[in-house]
Amino acid sequence: MSGQSAAILRKQPAAPPSAERILSWGRYPKTAHHHVHKPAWNDQVPDILKAAAPGSLLPYGLGRSYGDSCLNAGRELIDCRRLNRILGFDESTGMLRCESGVSLSDIVDVFLPKGWFLPVTPGTRFVTVGGAIANDVHGKNHHCAGTFGAHVRQIGLHRSNDGLVICNSDENPDMLRATIGGLGLTGVIAWADIQLKRVAGPWIDAESIPFQSLNTFLDLSRESNDRFEYTVAWLDCFAGKNPRGIFFRGNHAADHGKEFHPKRGPKLPFALPAWMLNRYSVKTFNTAYYRIHAARKGAAVVPYDSFFYPLDSVRQWNLLYGKQGFLQYQCVIPEANLEAFEELLDRIARSGMGSFLGVMKQFGSAPPAGMLSFPRPGLTIALDFAMRGERTLKLMQSLDEIVQQSGGALYPAKDARMSPALFEASFPRLRGFVPYIDPKMSSSFWRRVTGAQ
Amino acid sequence: MTVTAHPTTASAAATPATAMNATAMKKVIILGATSGIALEVQRQLARQGCELLLVARSPQRLAELQADLLVRGAQQVLTYSADLASIQQHAAIFEFGRHTFLDFDTVLLAYGSMHNQKDSETSVDVLLEELQVNFVSAAAILTLFAADLERRRTGCLAAITSVAGDRGRRSNYVYGSTKGALSIFLQGLRSRLHPAGVRVITIKPGPVQTPMTDHLPNSARFADPEQVARDIVRALERRSPDVLYTPRIWRYIMTAVQQIPETIFKRLSF
Repeated sequence: MSGQSAAILRKQPAAPPSAERILSWGRYPKTAHHHVHKPAWNDQVPDILKAAAPGSLLPYGLGRSYGDSCLNAGRELIDCRRLNRILGFDESTGMLRCESGVSLSDIVDVFLPKGWFLPVTPGTRFVTVGGAIANDVHGKNHHCAGTFGAHVRQIGLHRSNDGLVICNSDENPDMLRATIGGLGLTGVIAWADIQLKRVAGPWIDAESIPFQSLNTFLDLSRESNDRFEYTVAWLDCFAGKNPRGIFFRGNHAADHGKEFHPKRGPKLPFALPAWMLNRYSVKTFNTAYYRIHAARKGAAVVPYDSFFYPLDSVRQWNLLYGKQGFLQYQCVIPEANLEAFEELLDRIARSGMGSFLGVMKQFGSAPPAGMLSFPRPGLTIALDFAMRGERTLKLMQSLDEIVQQSGGALYPAKDARMSPALFEASFPRLRGFVPYIDPKMSSSFWRRVTGAQ
Repeated sequence: MTVTAHPTTASAAATPATAMNATAMKKVIILGATSGIALEVQRQLARQGCELLLVARSPQRLAELQADLLVRGAQQVLTYSADLASIQQHAAIFEFGRHTFLDFDTVLLAYGSMHNQKDSETSVDVLLEELQVNFVSAAAILTLFAADLERRRTGCLAAITSVAGDRGRRSNYVYGSTKGALSIFLQGLRSRLHPAGVRVITIKPGPVQTPMTDHLPNSARFADPEQVARDIVRALERRSPDVLYTPRIWRYIMTAVQQIPETIFKRLSF
């Protein structure tokens, strides 16, 4: 080997094999991990926990958190995706026991043909059970079913200091409430018991209704929440205080014998150039989207996947936002402060930076299932912003002010930049949560919002 | 209620024959059921409603697999805990299969080990262990099952070897030679069992993302075990091929690699 190439080799030491690039769904921030453990069996987890240094580990699932709550920069991750076994199912009650790396997609594939469905599902099926619990995810049925965590009856939790801890409403109930929404910080979930729900089949009686103002949206939402299990709205964020949008509502349809064929959609092969997504292309898209749905308004029977998971039909859609990635902003604002919500929409519209995936929903009043659960009564909105550096962060900071002044909250699963002050204001039970953190666990998010080491 | 869901409560009776599809119902014995590729193969077979006998060391892991595969549609899942590397245990494994899993039609050998090559260059013990696990014990147990299928004049024997067995490389020749030896063993066995109508399939995966390969560089770019398992299940169902390369591109890569003259090949460090 020539001296020159030897020098090159020395300059670029081979990365340790498992230091692979792991990004969150927003592909921002870009981080490197020191090591990624990949246990294939639950019996391997205790040794990983034992060998680790304090504050060095974080469980990781399918990486659908948008910001840094699923990352542990410079430290280690425990990739739980191989812990994906179904450990039992009771056909008479619908009680499922599965390991934490089982995906919601897998659960739907196995149990929908048997007449059971997820009690709560987020807008993507590609999350793990562990991730759904750790972020206490919500869905279009929050107003009547609460969050995912409300349907978790029991968990087995690997803790670094006291082995496998069983948590249910009788044993260690506080540890259960800390783990639900606990951002993976309380330990590694070995398995969870989840109450599935009976459904007649894969079809949804769906209805879409165009609206042209926030008040119309609220009227629609209030009127629908009693009669429809699922409600959500898509919103054109360029329209300002009086947003136009499409209100979607639906119920599980009675089985009508129509055959169901799942489709596999296209996949974005690589990150698109950033310039393709600009205010003109997005405005055009939003207008077209609104017109198409407004023209198609009315009732229809649709397959569950297009109703619940429209975005899953384009795999890796996050690459739309280019190499720099994107940030999602999801907040909730109490309904009493409707002006604050209008102000928020106004600022987003005036910035011209919002994107086409604006989603709005009225949360229900179910008590939170976890200590750090995000959903609470009020209006929630989720919006994507392509990462364009400082001006994107500035806009979001100005939105933070509105959220904080109105007594609202920001969703950690979507966040990569909120301030410690806003985090504390968003989660009044934070102090009660801290004692339940496993001493071996930490995350990029946690260090950022609490200053922990 | 608290929890009724427990591994042993999941029974085949509770999952009616949902998956009686076009392919014939299969009774498959998996030797090395906890190996990375086997895990995916078993899932796909379970989805088709197959009956399975799983052999592996850990009773705990076998119980977890049994529960999982029953819920996913397997008609029946039996387990047998044994160390396949230990030839003394083979007779008991075989007898269990013959008497408890009557008329099985397919045997898939899926276990193997891959040490760090450097360790087997400096330690004869490590070298011999790799030979024992990957070739000696594999040839031994296949011989037992081959005789049974030959006598019954039916069925299929399949074993996972490796593309690494197609040519001895500097960085991986110990593992490669164990798998190469197994491939040649299967080649002869195929010819011997052909008159009896017993199929023998040599499965040669390229690098696959499994716990066995996690320590290798670039393992994130290796093939998806699900895709490899799909190819294997398809090969088990059909009349061909005799030798399966998976993903398929490896057939072409290895054809090319085998053309390189030895005088050049010996200088390559890969």
